[in-house]
Amino acid sequence: MTELLEALGLAKSAELLSLSPPGWGRNLLRGLAHSLQIALGAYALGLVIGLFGAYGKLYGGKVTRDLLAIYTTVIRAVPELVLILILYYVGTDLINKASSAMGGGRVEISGVGAGIWVLGIVQGAYATEILRGAIQAVPPGQIEAAKAYGMPAVMTMRRVTIPAMMSFAVPGLANLWLIATKDTALLAVVGFNELTLETRQAASSTRSYFTFFLAAGALYLMVTLLSGRIFGWIETWARRGQPSLKGGRM
Amino acid sequence: MGPARPTLAQGGADVIDLKALFQPHRIVMMLVFAGVALWCALSLRWDWIPEYLPLALQGIWTTLWLMVASLVLGFLLAVPLGLAQAVGPWYLAAPARAFCTVIRGTPLLLQLWLLYYGLGSLFPQFPWIRSSELWPYLRQAWPYALLALTLSYAGYEGEVMRGAFKGVAKGQLEAAKAYGMPRLTLFRRIWLPQAIRNVLPTLGGETVLQLKATPLVATITVVDIYAVSSRVRSDTFIVYEPLILLAVFYILVAGIIALAFHWLEVRVLGSGQPVRITANTR
Amino acid sequence: MTIKKLMLSGIAAAILSAGAASAEEVKIGIAAEPYPPFSELDSSGNWSGWEIDIINAVCDAAELDCVITPVAWDGIIPSLTGQQIDAIMNSMSITEERLQTIDFSDAYYNTPAVIVADKSMDIEATPESLAGKILGIQASTIHQAYAQEYFPDTELRVYQTQDEANQDLFAGRIDATQADSIAMAEFVNSDAGACCEIKGAVADDPTILGRGVGAGVRKGDDELREALNRGIAAILEDGTHEEITSKYFDASIY
Repeated sequence: MTELLEALGLAKSAELLSLSPPGWGRNLLRGLAHSLQIALGAYALGLVIGLFGAYGKLYGGKVTRDLLAIYTTVIRAVPELVLILILYYVGTDLINKASSAMGGGRVEISGVGAGIWVLGIVQGAYATEILRGAIQAVPPGQIEAAKAYGMPAVMTMRRVTIPAMMSFAVPGLANLWLIATKDTALLAVVGFNELTLETRQAASSTRSYFTFFLAAGALYLMVTLLSGRIFGWIETWARRGQPSLKGGRM
Repeated sequence: MGPARPTLAQGGADVIDLKALFQPHRIVMMLVFAGVALWCALSLRWDWIPEYLPLALQGIWTTLWLMVASLVLGFLLAVPLGLAQAVGPWYLAAPARAFCTVIRGTPLLLQLWLLYYGLGSLFPQFPWIRSSELWPYLRQAWPYALLALTLSYAGYEGEVMRGAFKGVAKGQLEAAKAYGMPRLTLFRRIWLPQAIRNVLPTLGGETVLQLKATPLVATITVVDIYAVSSRVRSDTFIVYEPLILLAVFYILVAGIIALAFHWLEVRVLGSGQPVRITANTR
Repeated sequence: MTIKKLMLSGIAAAILSAGAASAEEVKIGIAAEPYPPFSELDSSGNWSGWEIDIINAVCDAAELDCVITPVAWDGIIPSLTGQQIDAIMNSMSITEERLQTIDFSDAYYNTPAVIVADKSMDIEATPESLAGKILGIQASTIHQAYAQEYFPDTELRVYQTQDEANQDLFAGRIDATQADSIAMAEFVNSDAGACCEIKGAVADDPTILGRGVGAGVRKGDDELREALNRGIAAILEDGTHEEITSKYFDASIY
């Protein structure tokens, strides 16, 4: 193995990427763990916002609908990098001001928490649109039937609307998850130690920019491919009991 | 925000539904918004604007030309990528598919840094590069920015074009073949225009996404409008005001793009839908 | 089910991370990239270097419970005013511009700014010599402010980190860079910096280049500023400062 690497001229790269110091492999994996943690949290927060947003857009009052329209339009028109800067600096500032106005002490927001909050707001706008479309695609008769049986609103949502819309929402939500993982890279610009920043630190400490950026790319690609597989299963599961779609996505 | 109305010949311009705009709650919201805008104008600091205006105009120019150039070049690259995946033999389809997967599976920021710093770190091993004719360009940052944005757009749009080529009705192609149309003419006259018609409704959204990808180039020293706002922040320590203006700038440009594509769609397809920016960021 | 679990875990994470608060911890902000010999990162994630040692010594002397918090350099002042960190101890010079936004402790070191370029390049640290050349500088530094003021005929390339500027000097994309003399001495002695040498110090301008490096704190945070001043005075007095300096440098940099 070692000889093979030597022959290919990759011995130095392998050494740099090894998991035990002085290799930086462990740092990259730690960065990846942070990235996934933030992506998972932001995705979950985005789904919660998206679910409320979709309901608000479909069934809310005029003002709610207009406000939600402004939210989704603005978030989707401004680059994520700019949003991250605004939400990151303004967000923590506002929370602290609010806290001190209420007589409370300083609220400390961890890097992960701030990352989740910033990306979650961004994800929420896209999730709102995806879920709204999916809810609209549910045949209204199904929801009306539940109402006719006197099912309470929350139970209708839990037992009828959400399961029925899942198959419509999954492709969009799968895409949104991939965005969440890739958007965590932007947090490197505000100094979060997620995968891209750990990569940059490793690269600049060792001056092996090429090796480390390639390695990080491979890690991101692995996450993408693996997620694609998992969402494929989820989609099959969500579509259970439905007639199969010819030429469905992979 | 209303549903798409079929626009009859009205010079292409949409008539804004004034009635919908002047519902009572909207008037209140507009007043609130005007109040916030007025408060921003009066109580925040804007005295830095005149000094940085020339720089900002240059930055806007850089942002826009990078976007347009990468869109054009990326689209030219996306056509063969889509074609190879849709009908190409496996030795063309597989690399095209791999390219699209890699581009779509990794963050653009990382691609950009790999191209700029990764390649840069290899230069000193090849001293002849510095005496080559390409060196004046390799020294600049914008070629890398343009390359990264182009490849990124090609990767996403190549996937879209694959579907578009597949979506062209077989009968049309067969009819053209039956008339003995040469293959290149068939592609140029029938297949490509039909495929472009197929993707037209998604192009507006993709263009806005490309606009939103441009600020990343500031991280490799290209002075776009985002870099100018960072410069204002570091020179004057004013944090929010440049960021707010920056957001307004992107919203305006995104709005113009949406309107332009809507107009184009109405002209080409006869009917248009409002441009949807689908979840598909870089 | 999966979605529900995802949501629950995400919300829990968001709440937990936002909830923990402690008043005594002082977050010392440093830039998230290595800046040898002042701050360096090893592969186990530990920071070390002259300034890291100084931070620990000052905090010990002032009896502060300090936590080193890496943030992005070009957003380090907004991070301070936005209360993500409590103090900046990252080779930040005390300048008039910065004093309008934040306060500083007393200085704990002071070094000149130098121009570094390729050995084969005939460059001096003067505006005339740098005219028409490409100069790399780090964003939000005194060097950026200085170059913008004094080198009007030089093409400036602004990097997020000094390290990236060094990298591009190594790659040959820029002709020269202006930065702190100590950091540059370290760079030209490293493998990557072997290409280059220090061409000389730029003419001093205290209003731009400042009067030494101090710890930045929020305006009005006098308690912390005085505590840091006490710590700095204590390590200067009892020889700790000198001891740490002699571990890294031949001469005093105070």
